[in-house]
Amino acid sequence: MKLDSKTPDGPIEKRWDDYKFQLKLVNPANKRKFDIIVVGSGLAGASAGATLAQLGYNVRCFFYQDSPRRAHSIAAQGGINAAKNYQGDGDSVYRLFYDTVKGGDYRARESNVYRLAEVSNHIIDQCVAQGVPFAREYGGNLANRSFGGAQVSRTFYARGQTGQQLLLGAYSALMSQVNAGKVKLYNRTEMLELVVADGRARGIVTRDMVTGKIESHAADAVVLATGGYGNVFYLSTNAKGCNVTAAYRAYRKGAGFANPCYTQIHPTCIPVHGEYQSKLTLMSESLRNDGRIWVPKKKGDTRAPLDIPQDERDYYLELRYPSFGNLVPRDVASRAAKKACDEGRGVGSTGLGVYLDFGDAVERLGEDGVRERYGNLFHMYEKITAENPYKVPMRIFPAVHYTMGGLWVDYNLMTTIPGCFAIGEANFSDHGANRLGASALMQGLADGYFVLPYTIGDYLATQGNSSVNTDDKHFTQAVDDAAGKVDRLLGIKGKRTPDSFHRELGKLLWDNCGMARSDESLNAALAKIPKIKEEFWQNLRVTGSGAELNQTLETAGRVADFIDFAEILVKDALARTESCGGHFRIESQTEESEAKRNDDEFSHAAVWEYKGEGEAPERHTEALRFEYCKPSQRSYK
Amino acid sequence: MDFTLKVWRQKPGTQGKLVTYEAKGISSDASFLEMLDVVNERLIEKNEEPIAFDHDCREGICGMCGCVVNGYAHGHQGGTTLCQLHMREFSDGSVIYVEPWRAKAFPVIKDLVVNRSAFDAIITAGGYISIRSGSAPDGNAMPIAKETADAAMDVAECIGCGACVAACPNASAMLFTSAKITQLALLPQGQAERMTRAQRMVRAMEAAGFGACTNHGECEAACPKEISMDNIARLNREFIGSSIKK
Repeated sequence: MKLDSKTPDGPIEKRWDDYKFQLKLVNPANKRKFDIIVVGSGLAGASAGATLAQLGYNVRCFFYQDSPRRAHSIAAQGGINAAKNYQGDGDSVYRLFYDTVKGGDYRARESNVYRLAEVSNHIIDQCVAQGVPFAREYGGNLANRSFGGAQVSRTFYARGQTGQQLLLGAYSALMSQVNAGKVKLYNRTEMLELVVADGRARGIVTRDMVTGKIESHAADAVVLATGGYGNVFYLSTNAKGCNVTAAYRAYRKGAGFANPCYTQIHPTCIPVHGEYQSKLTLMSESLRNDGRIWVPKKKGDTRAPLDIPQDERDYYLELRYPSFGNLVPRDVASRAAKKACDEGRGVGSTGLGVYLDFGDAVERLGEDGVRERYGNLFHMYEKITAENPYKVPMRIFPAVHYTMGGLWVDYNLMTTIPGCFAIGEANFSDHGANRLGASALMQGLADGYFVLPYTIGDYLATQGNSSVNTDDKHFTQAVDDAAGKVDRLLGIKGKRTPDSFHRELGKLLWDNCGMARSDESLNAALAKIPKIKEEFWQNLRVTGSGAELNQTLETAGRVADFIDFAEILVKDALARTESCGGHFRIESQTEESEAKRNDDEFSHAAVWEYKGEGEAPERHTEALRFEYCKPSQRSYK
Repeated sequence: MDFTLKVWRQKPGTQGKLVTYEAKGISSDASFLEMLDVVNERLIEKNEEPIAFDHDCREGICGMCGCVVNGYAHGHQGGTTLCQLHMREFSDGSVIYVEPWRAKAFPVIKDLVVNRSAFDAIITAGGYISIRSGSAPDGNAMPIAKETADAAMDVAECIGCGACVAACPNASAMLFTSAKITQLALLPQGQAERMTRAQRMVRAMEAAGFGACTNHGECEAACPKEISMDNIARLNREFIGSSIKK
C-alpha cells in the first residue's frame, strides 16, 4: 500500500493557498458531465453535497434515515470553534492550529490542521449567511464561550443545540440544490458495498430499506461522509443507527484504515443505569465552563452531595490542573474521573460517577442566568434522571463519544482508493489522538464546504469520466455479494438476537479496550472476538424477510461488520504500545499517571491494509513531521 | 413495572390492527423506546416479528422517533419526544395504546413507521437562504439584535418530527411550515427571498395533502420543542402580504 500524503511544503500559512492554485480545475461547462455520490447527510455530507451541486456537479446523496436532517451531527450540543478573535483575547489561526495539534497529542498532520484552522473563519461567515441563529451579545455581535483545551473564548454556539442549527443550515443548502435539480436524495437507503474497478472507485451498491431492493449506482467519484464507529462499543453517545459498514466495506476494497484505536471517551455523560439501556446521553462539555467537578475526599462516602461540606470535597481537576481547571481536554478529564472511581470515591448507586456541580454558578448567575446558557441541557438531564440539576449536582461519567481514527486520506481527502474520498468523522485526518471540544463541527463543515469541493475537481480533471456502468461485472459481483450476505443472515435461523451479540461485543471492548488498555486486556479481547464471530454466524436469529422494511436485518448486517472491525481496532491498540491522547496504555504512563508518548517509535499514523478473509491485516505507517509545533509532554497544569 | 400494550401492526398494502402484548418486568428508568426494545427482543426470541418503529439519536433532537401514545403525540408528557419519555411516567399495570402518526400526507410504511418526506418537500420549496459556499461576508458585518436572534432560535429549534401534524384534527403542517418561515423572516439575511419563500412553501404544503389550520391549538400542545402557534399567525401574514405584493 502506497501512502503518499501529498502534503505541500513551504511556509505553513501559504501551503493551502499555493496548493489550491496548483490543483487542476474542471471548467464550468464540463462540471455538469460529472456525477458524484455522497454517502451520508451529516455536516460533512450535506455541506459537500450542497457545495458540489452549486459548482455544477450532479450529486446523489444516500442516507439511512428518512430525511437528511436527521444525521447525528444534529446532536452536537456545545459549539463550533473558529479563530475569529472577536473577543480580542489573543486568538489567531496559528493559536487554533497549535491548540489542535497539541490537543491531539502530536499525532495529526500539521498541514491539515493548519488548513482547518485557516478555513474555520469562513465557516462562521457561511453559517451566519444561511440564517443560523448563533448566540449574540446585546450589541448584536456574535457571542463566544470557552471549551476544553483552550485558554481563549473561540467557540460559537446556538444555545445547547449548535449541531442542530449548523446541520439544518447545511440541510437547507442541500435542499435548495434539490430544488435546483442538482441533487437527488435517496432516503432510507443503506450502502452495502463500494465498487472498485481498474483501481478506481466506480460507485456503490445499496439496499433500499423499505423495499429491500439491492441496487447499483455508478458515478465518477464516491464521497464517504458516514461518520465514526463509536457504536462498536454498543453503548455510546452516537445515534442508534450510526455504523461502520460503509467505511469497513471501503477498507475491504482496499482503502487503508488509519488509527482505529483512537477513540474518544467523553468525560461528561449521564452514567449507565441498567442492562436494558440502549445508549448514553452526553452532557455538553460547555457545562464545564460553569460546573465544578468533584468527588468526596473519603472513600465510600454515601452522604447526599449537599450534605458533604466544602472541605470534604475533592475538586480534583482544579487542584491537579490549576491553569486549565475544569476545562482540561476530554481525555485528561475522563481518565481523572476513572481514577477517582477506581479509588472507590465514585458517586451514585453504581459508584461509577462524579459530580458536576452548578451550586456556585447558580449563586453567581441566578437560576435564570444558568438557564439562559444551558437550559435545554438541564431539561434533558432532568428528563432522564428525574433529578433537578439546579438544586442537586449532576452525576456524570465518561462514555464513548467520537472516533478520531478513520479512513486514511491524503491532503486531498482521498483514500488509498483513487476516486473514493472520506470527509468528516469518517476520515482520520485532523484530530490526532484526541479531538478538542467544538472541533468536530468545524472539521465536518471545513471538509464539506471548503476543502473537498476544490480537491475533488483535481481528481475529476485528471481522471475524466468513469467508463464503468452498472452492467459491468464488478457491479454485478458486488450486488451478488451484498445479496448473498443478506441471505446468509436470514438463513442462520439460530436463537440469539443481533442486539445480544452487539451488547456482548461492546462490553468486551469497553472492558478491555476502553479508557485503559494493556497488553493483557487487548490480547484477551483478541482471543474472544473470533468466538463471538463464530457464534454470530451460527446462532443468529433474524425474523422476517429481506424484501421489506426489516430493522432486525439492518442491525444484523451492521453488527456483523462491527465484529470484524473490532479486530482491527484492538490490533491497532495492541501495536501502539505508547499512550497518546485517548489511547491509554497502562504500561506507558508518567509518574503522575498522565499519558506517556513514545515519539521515537510512534510518531506516525498507523494504516491497516485488508489482506483477505482470514488473513492478518498489514500495518503500514505514515511518518509525521513537526516543523512548527514541537512535540512535548502535554501539560495542562 | 408491568404494562399491557395495544400496538398498531400493519404490513405494506394491508389493513392494520391493534395487537396486544404484555410488557412485564420493565424498569421504571427505561425510556419508552427502551421498553419497546425489550418487548422486541422477547418477540424475536419467540420467533415473532418485532414491532417496527423509527428512532435514532434517542436524545430528543433528531426528530426521527414519534408515535401516538394513549392518544397523545409523543405521549402525555409536555415538551418531550417519545425517546425522552420514561416509564416512571406511567402507572404500573396500565394499558398503553401505541399508534403511528395518522395523516394523509404521512402514509404508514410499516407498523409505527410513517413516510414524512412531505416535510422535506416543503423545505425544498423554499425553506432556505440561497448563499453560495464561500461567498458570505464577515459574520459580524451585520449586527443582529440579541432579541431577534433569540426569537429566531426559538422557532429554529423545530426538529421536524411531525407531532404537530399527528395531533392536528386537520393534519395540518402549519406549525412546522410557520416555524421555518418565521425564522427566516425575522433575520435580515432572509429578506431577499421573503416573498417568494412564503408563497412557495405554502403551495408545497398544500400540494403534499396537509389540511388547513382551524386554530385547535393541538399542535402547540404536542410540540416537543414547545413552538408557539403565534407563528401560524405570522405565516398567514407572510403569505397574504406576499400575495398582495406579487
